[in-house]
Amino acid sequence: MITFIPRDKVSKNWIIIAPILSIVFTIFFGLLIFTFLGYNPLETLYQIFVSPFSRIDRISDILVKACPLIIIGTGLMLCFKSNVWNIGAEGQFIMGALLAGFIALSFPNIETKFFLLITILAGFVGGALWAFIPAILKTKLNVNEILVSLMLVYVAMLFIDFIVRGPLRDPMSFGFPLSKPYPEGALINKIPFPGIGFLGQLHYGILFVFLLVPISWIFVNKTLGGFKINVLGSAPQAAKFAGFKQNSITITVLLLSGGLAGVAGVIEVSANIGQLQPEVSFGYGFTAIIVAFLGRLSPVGILFAGIIIATVKLGADNAQMTMGIPKVVTGLFEGILLFFLLTGETLQKYKIKWSEGKK
Amino acid sequence: MEALILTIIATSIPLLLAATGELIAEKSGVLNLGVEGMMLSGAVGALGAVLWLENPYYGIIAGALSGILMASIFSLFTINFMTNQVATGLGLTIFATGLTGLAGAPLVGKTIPSLPKIEIFLLSDIPLIGSILFKQDFVAYLSIGIIIFISFFLKYSKSGIILRAVGDDHQSAHSVGYPVKKIRWYTTCFGGMCAGIGGAYIPLVLTPHWSEGMTAGRGWIALALVVFASWIPWRIIVGALIFGGITIAQLVGQARGWPIPSQLLSMMPYIATIIALTMISGRLSKNNSVVPSSLGKPFFGSQ
Repeated sequence: MITFIPRDKVSKNWIIIAPILSIVFTIFFGLLIFTFLGYNPLETLYQIFVSPFSRIDRISDILVKACPLIIIGTGLMLCFKSNVWNIGAEGQFIMGALLAGFIALSFPNIETKFFLLITILAGFVGGALWAFIPAILKTKLNVNEILVSLMLVYVAMLFIDFIVRGPLRDPMSFGFPLSKPYPEGALINKIPFPGIGFLGQLHYGILFVFLLVPISWIFVNKTLGGFKINVLGSAPQAAKFAGFKQNSITITVLLLSGGLAGVAGVIEVSANIGQLQPEVSFGYGFTAIIVAFLGRLSPVGILFAGIIIATVKLGADNAQMTMGIPKVVTGLFEGILLFFLLTGETLQKYKIKWSEGKK
Repeated sequence: MEALILTIIATSIPLLLAATGELIAEKSGVLNLGVEGMMLSGAVGALGAVLWLENPYYGIIAGALSGILMASIFSLFTINFMTNQVATGLGLTIFATGLTGLAGAPLVGKTIPSLPKIEIFLLSDIPLIGSILFKQDFVAYLSIGIIIFISFFLKYSKSGIILRAVGDDHQSAHSVGYPVKKIRWYTTCFGGMCAGIGGAYIPLVLTPHWSEGMTAGRGWIALALVVFASWIPWRIIVGALIFGGITIAQLVGQARGWPIPSQLLSMMPYIATIIALTMISGRLSKNNSVVPSSLGKPFFGSQ
């Protein structure tokens, strides 16, 4: 019989051990399932976890894929820390990309890269507005933010589909549902490396991540706002007594996370696609939930978590091409990983005790 | 007209079943956000079983078992390992989306026979009402049976009262000596069974072949239905029929060529969910006694 006994203080060791053990367990159980369903486990393992590192341009593609995950994950971190469950980042990503796309397509001849600041701002506003709906419903009418934010994902997906096939469709697109290409000023370029040229798809959008991680670290650890969020999440009663306004914190974290998801949408479209199309996100908003948890809801952790999950995503693409395994299989690993990470959280606070006989 | 009503009923049955199962789980204090995942597993399980055994009734059993399997994973982590219910439920849906994508890949392009209608002797001959109420398939009768059963179970049976006590105050229920964890295992698995059968109904009756993520958000709408019904079983029937009606209305609108873009029509069920939640939640926050007080809170057991 296993029983859990509360620890006197949170175990520091487990904070490091838990994510590593979780990954090991996840690989083990994932392979078990693959074997059970008749796939070669070793080849799957190679394709998903090793092949993304096999060439330098592939490694840079990991960074490209990690970029939106880290940006969205950082926003979600703020929500989850304060016990606000925004699971609609996918929709906020789309609406951010859409509003920025609308602005970009309104100025077809603009060339200056300063214009990017405007489109990124528009992306932030678009995402934040979409997150404002669950925020206001939650704080004013006590409507569950989980369900509202999720329903809005479906609405956003249908909305961009409608816009791209209707009002913003390029008449010259030969019947394809595509908008006109963005003007030069709204595109994020690939980074040229002297003597090497381009490394895969590596683009300047990655700079935003290098900016965001330290800023969010300072915000969470060194400012009053970050302190309030931490207290609200870990000790809601204390936050109440201290007079922190729960509603304004809820609205703030939702707007910030929606805005960041929107920015991720702008960067993704401006750097990798260059025009609007019916599908712009490919599930980044949902995957970022796992990234936020794998990163232990800390900015630096999320940086690493984004890179790890991006690796698995790219690996799954490879596995689809070479072995015909459906791409959604990454969800299998993400789900198991989340289960074990959450168990790790319990083990930080509780010791396991093996006792014999009845409890 | 008759055909239209029958389609609305068929569309609402997966929602009805999944929401009823979730209601029981929530009444005992378990918030399982993995309904979408359990429904997907039920769908893929049913498809596999019917293709293998060539009898649609095995699909119902396989759907139920797949749902229970998923619910057991959720129970193991949230009840025994005391993980956060919201995050674990999300994880379950993500996990099941991946698992069913993998398990469903060999099934793509194969079609299964649909669940036969059962005519109830004489009653099914009554015009209009007969074919709507007494010429349904097994799962339709089953789902109404389950609703009636749990309405009485929750209200009048001793076990039902204990179940509600566990959901309202698990600490007190524990100190009186009720096995909180065991009860929650049962209710969660019951929820999984219902969601699994609801998911199985989608390939068995609505669209007879596999496509990735074929539940299309029904699990999430079912979660909203529980709130909409204010945790009162019979109200789920009303809610499910309304949502079935809205879903069919947008399909009819697309087929008849209403001058509204199809995507905007397809948004209707999701927007309706938000509106319904908003209307109900405003009322609920004034009358807090309806919501199970321990809902979503982990139970740390014997101390």
